[in-house]
Amino acid sequence: MKRIGFLSWALWFGYAFLYVPIVLLIVYSFNDSRLVTVWAGFSTKWYAELLHNDTLLDAALLSFRVAAVSATLAVMLGTCAGLALSRFGRFRGRTLFGGMITAPLVMPEVITGLSLLLLFVAMEQWVGWPDGRGVTTITLAHTTFTMSYVAVVVQSRLAGMDGSLEEAAMDLGARPAKVFFVITLPLIAPALVAGWLLAFTLSLDDVVVASFVSGPGSTTLPMVIFSSVKFGISPQINALATLMVLVVATGIFVASIVMARQERQRKRDEQMAIQNG
Amino acid sequence: MAGQPIRKPTRLEPWQDPGQAPYVRIEKVTKTFGDFVAVDEVSLSIYRNEFFALLGGSGSGKTTLLRMLAGFEQPTEGKIFIDGVDMAGIPPYERPVNMMFQSYALFPHMTVEQNVAFGLRQDGVAKAEIRDRVEEMLGLVQLAAFGKRRPHQLSGGQRQRVALARSLVKRPKLLLLDEPLGALDKKLRERTQFELVNIQEKLGITFIVVTHDQEEAMTMSSRIAVMNHGVIAQVGTPTEIYEYPHTRFVAEFIGSINMFDGRVVEANGDQVLVASEEAGCELLIAHATPAPAGSPVSVAIRPEKILLSKEPPAGETGVGEGRNRTTGIVREIAYLGDVSIYLVQLPTGKTVRVTAPNVTRRTEMPITWEDEVTLSWRPFAGVVLTQ
Amino acid sequence: MTALVSLLSRVGLWGRGVVVAIPYLWLLLFFLVPFLIVFGISFAESIIAQPPYSSLVEWQVDPDADTSKLQILLNITNYFRLAGDDLYILAYLNSVKIALVTTLLCLLVGYPMAYAIAKADPARRGPLMMLVILPFWTSFLIRIYAWIGILKGNGVISNLLEWAGITSGPVEILYSDWAVYIGMTYCYLPFMVLPLYSTLEKMDPTLLEAAADLGSRPFKSFLSITLPLSLPGIVAGSLLVFIPAVGEFVTPELLGGPDTLMIGRVLWNEFFSNRDWPVASAVAIALLLVLVVPIMIFQHIQGKQAEAGK
Repeated sequence: MKRIGFLSWALWFGYAFLYVPIVLLIVYSFNDSRLVTVWAGFSTKWYAELLHNDTLLDAALLSFRVAAVSATLAVMLGTCAGLALSRFGRFRGRTLFGGMITAPLVMPEVITGLSLLLLFVAMEQWVGWPDGRGVTTITLAHTTFTMSYVAVVVQSRLAGMDGSLEEAAMDLGARPAKVFFVITLPLIAPALVAGWLLAFTLSLDDVVVASFVSGPGSTTLPMVIFSSVKFGISPQINALATLMVLVVATGIFVASIVMARQERQRKRDEQMAIQNG
Repeated sequence: MAGQPIRKPTRLEPWQDPGQAPYVRIEKVTKTFGDFVAVDEVSLSIYRNEFFALLGGSGSGKTTLLRMLAGFEQPTEGKIFIDGVDMAGIPPYERPVNMMFQSYALFPHMTVEQNVAFGLRQDGVAKAEIRDRVEEMLGLVQLAAFGKRRPHQLSGGQRQRVALARSLVKRPKLLLLDEPLGALDKKLRERTQFELVNIQEKLGITFIVVTHDQEEAMTMSSRIAVMNHGVIAQVGTPTEIYEYPHTRFVAEFIGSINMFDGRVVEANGDQVLVASEEAGCELLIAHATPAPAGSPVSVAIRPEKILLSKEPPAGETGVGEGRNRTTGIVREIAYLGDVSIYLVQLPTGKTVRVTAPNVTRRTEMPITWEDEVTLSWRPFAGVVLTQ
Repeated sequence: MTALVSLLSRVGLWGRGVVVAIPYLWLLLFFLVPFLIVFGISFAESIIAQPPYSSLVEWQVDPDADTSKLQILLNITNYFRLAGDDLYILAYLNSVKIALVTTLLCLLVGYPMAYAIAKADPARRGPLMMLVILPFWTSFLIRIYAWIGILKGNGVISNLLEWAGITSGPVEILYSDWAVYIGMTYCYLPFMVLPLYSTLEKMDPTLLEAAADLGSRPFKSFLSITLPLSLPGIVAGSLLVFIPAVGEFVTPELLGGPDTLMIGRVLWNEFFSNRDWPVASAVAIALLLVLVVPIMIFQHIQGKQAEAGK
């Protein structure tokens, strides 16, 4: 009995550790005072200020664009990579390929950022493209390090899927490309959605790699937040954080309702199957 | 005459007819995965309308052989012909073959109807015809009312029948079935065995079934190939496999059997006399594979072919003092309802397994533990195994 | 007919080739080649030019002799500088120390959490895990930022301590190694809990029942059964935290003091403040050398997991 007590205590401590900072962040976004530590009454003025901060809004818009494009590219590349790793057996260079897929998952961002910048500089010298640094280079960099995450998500979904489904479709006369689009793709669709969201979030979150490969006029939202945080606390950032948490929480809430509904439906179906037995 | 082979062919079976061309011809096929030899120089001929079983334990190569027929694996060496066409390089979607998967592999995102229609849609069959044929197939497997269901809304037995319907709807000349009854419970399995045979006879399709269940192979198939370590140990009808095993492996794999090691004393035509210390008597075997005098052999006798009695039986041909007759003490009795199994220990230490039908009620059972009994068998009961 | 068939099967193979080739080439170009360039530039000299490093290869034409030669200039002074300067060595040692402490703290907080969730009612496990991962979906920067307000002098903790009468004045935890530990543990915690949970959840609960049946007390069972069986999760989680933590830049920059030296920060400063690209490259290569072994272990585990999934 005592051990159970310790465990739930540890669990609650962990959750408090994870959530108290976020709750405080939200609370102080409604603080009238500029000083984060002194409560001076309820106010939404920081939200109003946020909406008139053009630098921040421009950066946010740019970040969303980069994140959407790189996440989409990452899903395409990552799906190919996941498919190759889990369905093509052994092919020449598979070990190197597998290594290049997993390494970016843990590679320190400063290394990724520096190496990509040096590549872009060298490419510009040799082939004249990309012309300077900016949105293009950030998008390429983000696609590169997020596609690994997508590949891992897709690979694990494919590994959990019965491979004979694809064989059955082929046995019934479907060509490999058709098998992929009619059988494999619909079945791994949830993994693709999860992979896209993951890539989108990672791109939207990155400050280090973007700092290396961005150029003048291509400042992303995390870069703006980073520089303003370095100069100290600003309640505007609290307001922005609150909005981000709100968006994420709403998304997760909707997703969990949908999943709960599907789960109930699945239970009902199983019940029906047993009754038919 | 008692003890003659039971099988009396009423017509010439296709594998006995030299005029018949085999529908599937497997020629010296070998398949290796790295260092592992999954299938080792296998040759087989399978004829039209056969219900052919590949029987073996796990790792015997039976599933690999089936997957090579379907086209999911390419033979490392050797050739496969289906209906006279060399299958080398022909992908699964071009083969006139369909397969029913062990896991059924029903597409979870499609309804029962869509699953069954899938193969026809790949061939560009007209919509109306697809509808008719799907309806007909679902009728055949008695699932007409379940067309709009998804696979997870069906019971195990229903899923199995959808998988069967889906693999039959393209009217393949050859159907491959990978452990078709493996996922069903015992009662359902017995019922489905008969259904499968009925459907096969009704549609006139050649079936090749992979199974590890000898009972299943015996009841359903016209012929069985017993596989072991990638090699075919024996091909034959269920009766041949059971009554005339060629090797110790086949004899022991199918059912239970008693083995007596000995040496040939005298060979006279197809009559062989074997002396066995283990058995404590001489064994006379009629219709045996000829073996030279003096060579070491094993004699295999099925438990149900041995007669258990308290007094030596009289008036049997070939059975007498010191020949096809020995004595022992009953050590164990297992009552199984229809039959009882007796483990009888011979003075030599060898334990012999005997099954006897419970003709009378158990309360009147004359033989009990520690009784001394006589074991006897007719010359047709035993089989001489040289390997 | 056979010609058509062989053609189609060739197209099938060709399609496969394309599926592998696209991500393969992408990774070669944007992942492998960049490392080679970093390696190359780490042997260059810093010059005032655009780009600010000397060329490694030079094509020298001698007009008198009418000959030309290819000259390769390798400058290893960057590495000597790293080895000779205390700043770099201290930064390395400190990075490894901070990453180790972070890993340990993540394990201390994360293991009981993962264990408690794995033991919870199956219907509640999903939502409980979701709660662990949820903060990961909000911005990393914002989560670090949240701690500034908590840890600074006159911040939440400082005020709380003062209010409780434990301290008499404001307490500054911010800009210290401890602030970095807390911030990094906070950010990397989900990466520890996730693999731990997945190994603990797969564990057969009857093993513990069997141990109890054989007379083992719960704590003893934990030490002799649960802990050894969850070792793969511990290793995976630790690597997932340790490797990126060694090269971490943002957390020490925002929460650490000026003397919280970490190799990621040194690299950043060499690059952005000193504009010395060759030295930054040499620092990156040296950092990679520290991480090569952990990364290879991680890849081995990852590969095995992917195989086991099948």
